[in-house]
Amino acid sequence: MSLDPTYLEYPKRAQGYDHALYPYSTLPSRPAVQWPQGKRVAVWFTLSLEWFPITPSDTPFRAPGHMQTAYPDYRHYTSREYGTRVGFYRLLDAFDRVGAKVSVATNAAIAERYPQVIADIVAAGHEIIAHSTDMNGTIASTLPVEDERALITQSLATLERVSGTRPRGWHSIARSQSFATLDLLKEAGLDYCVDWVNDEMPYAFNNGLYNLPLNHELSDRQIINVQQQSIDSYAQQVLDAYDWLKAEGEALNTARMLPLHITPYIIGLPYRMDAFEALLAELAARPDTWFARGSDILDAFRAA
Amino acid sequence: MREGAPDPELYDFQRYHARKPIAWPGGKKVAVWVSPNLEYYEIDPPANPHRKSWAKPHPDVVGYAHRDHANRVSHWRMADVMTKHGFPGSVSLSVALCQHHPEVVADANARGWEFFSHGIYNTRYSYGMDERQERAIIEDSIRTVREATGQTIRGWLAPALTHTPRTLDLIAEYGMDYTCDLYHDDQPFPVKTASGRLISMPYSLEVNDHYGFFVYNMSPREYAQTLIRQYERLAAEESGTVMCIPLHSYLIGQPHRIGPFEEVLRHIAADDRAWITRAGDIADAWHQANGHAAQEDGQ
Repeated sequence: MSLDPTYLEYPKRAQGYDHALYPYSTLPSRPAVQWPQGKRVAVWFTLSLEWFPITPSDTPFRAPGHMQTAYPDYRHYTSREYGTRVGFYRLLDAFDRVGAKVSVATNAAIAERYPQVIADIVAAGHEIIAHSTDMNGTIASTLPVEDERALITQSLATLERVSGTRPRGWHSIARSQSFATLDLLKEAGLDYCVDWVNDEMPYAFNNGLYNLPLNHELSDRQIINVQQQSIDSYAQQVLDAYDWLKAEGEALNTARMLPLHITPYIIGLPYRMDAFEALLAELAARPDTWFARGSDILDAFRAA
Repeated sequence: MREGAPDPELYDFQRYHARKPIAWPGGKKVAVWVSPNLEYYEIDPPANPHRKSWAKPHPDVVGYAHRDHANRVSHWRMADVMTKHGFPGSVSLSVALCQHHPEVVADANARGWEFFSHGIYNTRYSYGMDERQERAIIEDSIRTVREATGQTIRGWLAPALTHTPRTLDLIAEYGMDYTCDLYHDDQPFPVKTASGRLISMPYSLEVNDHYGFFVYNMSPREYAQTLIRQYERLAAEESGTVMCIPLHSYLIGQPHRIGPFEEVLRHIAADDRAWITRAGDIADAWHQANGHAAQEDGQ
C-alpha cells in the first residue's frame, strides 16, 4: 500500500498563504486603531433575521437551523418564525433602551414577506447586512457560479428596494463561501463581508473588499444551541471577553472589537431575555463601550 | 507494534499500585508541560483515500479561518500569557509552518520553546503511506525544524493523529525520544520498538482544549476548573506523574477563554509541587530516574 506520489508534493509550501485571497498580517504588528471618543471596545451586535422555507434544500447544503423532521416540519418552521415575530421585537426594544445601534443580517425573503420588519429596522437606525435570499440560499463551491451571482444580486436588489438603501455588508449562510464569492461580492458593489473568522479586526482582501470578523464561537448559536450552555454562562463569557479585550487595548494603546452574533429565535425567548437585557445594561454602563454597526466600525477603521 | 494482532504489543502492562515513585528534579510531584499545537491547515489539500480533510467543499471558510486565527492573532495572546507565568511550550508543529509563517515559529523559538513534529501539514495524513513515504515525512520534519530553529526534534505527534503500523519503529530508528500518541498512563513508559529507546510521553486528549470545548462542550470557566482539578489530583498522588496541557491558540486564545485559562497558569505556578518544564526535559529526567545515561552522553 502506498499513496499517490503527489500526496507528498507541496507546490504551495512557501512564505505566506496557500491561496491569494488576502495577505498575511499579525494583529500585534499592526498600527494602533482609535474608535470615536477614544472608546476601547467596539461592541458590534449582528442579529441574523432568517426565513426558513418549510421545503428545505440540500443544494449545496442544508443551512444550520433548518427543517429536521419529515415534511411538514411544523415545529422548526414555526419556532424560527417565532424569532422574527416575537423575539426580534423584544431585541429591538432592548437595544432601544440602551441606545445601541446594531447590524441585522437579513434574508431578502424577510423584506419580500414582512416589509414592516424592514421599516422598523430602518426607523430604529440599525444597519441591514444582506444575508442571502432565504435559508435555502446557501453557497459553496459546488454551486454553479452563475447561480451564486444571481443569488447575491437578487438578495441585494430586494433589500435595497424595500429598505431604500443598498446594503454595504454581506453575510453568507453558515459563513460558507466558494472560491468565487469574494470577487462576486466586490463586483456587486459591497464594501465588506463578515464570514472570515480568522481575525479580530477589519482587514482588506486582495480585491479590496473588507472582512469584519464576526466571531462564530462567541455566539448564542454556538454557546447555547450547540454547546448547550446557559444564558448566564453566555453572558459571563461575553463579559470575560470584554474584560480581556479592554485590558489588551489599554496595554497596547489601541482599540478592539467585540463581535456578538445573536439569533432572535435563540436569545429572544422569554426565559433568556432578562439575562440578555442585564448583559446589555452592563455593557452600556461601561465607559469603554462603543455600540457600533458593522459599517460604523469599517468607516472608523478606514479613517484611522 | 505487532501488526494485525489483537494486542499491538506497544508496551508492558504495569499496574498503578506498587510503583517506585519517580523523583522529578527538585523533589517535585508532578511534571507539568504545555503543548501548543502550531499548525498549518491547507485550504485545498489533496484527498487521502483513508480520511477526508474538510467537512465542506473547499474552501471550508470557517474551518480554515478558525485555524488561521492562531497564526494572525491568538498565538501571541496565548504565548504571552504562558511566558508571563513562566511556562515554556513544547510545540506540536506542522513543520510547513516554518515556510508559510516563519514569524510564528521564530516567536516560539525565541521564547525557548521546544519543537517536535506534528507532520508536514495537519491536512496530510499518514494513512496509506509506504515505508519510503513515511521516512520522507520524518526526514523532512527533522531537516525543516533544524533549518528553521537550530533544534533537533526529539518527539512526534502524528499528523492529525494518523499512524501506520511502522510509525513508532521509524521514529525510534531516527533517534527520537518520545511519542505523544499513546494514552495508557500518567507516567512515561518504554515503548517496544525494533531499535532505539522510545518512551511514551503523557500528552492528553481528555484535557486537550479541543476536547474540552468541542467534545465535552465546556464553558471556558469549566475548562479552567477541569485543568485545576487534574493538576490537584495528580499533585496529591504518590508516583511522580506528568500533566500535559495540549492547546490550540485558536481555541484557548479566544478573548472569552484566555482570561479563565490565565488563572490556571497562575494557580499551578504558585504551587510548589509543580515542575514546570518541557517534554524533552521530562524524557531526560525519566531516563535519569531509571538509571539510564542521558541521550547526549552516548548510548
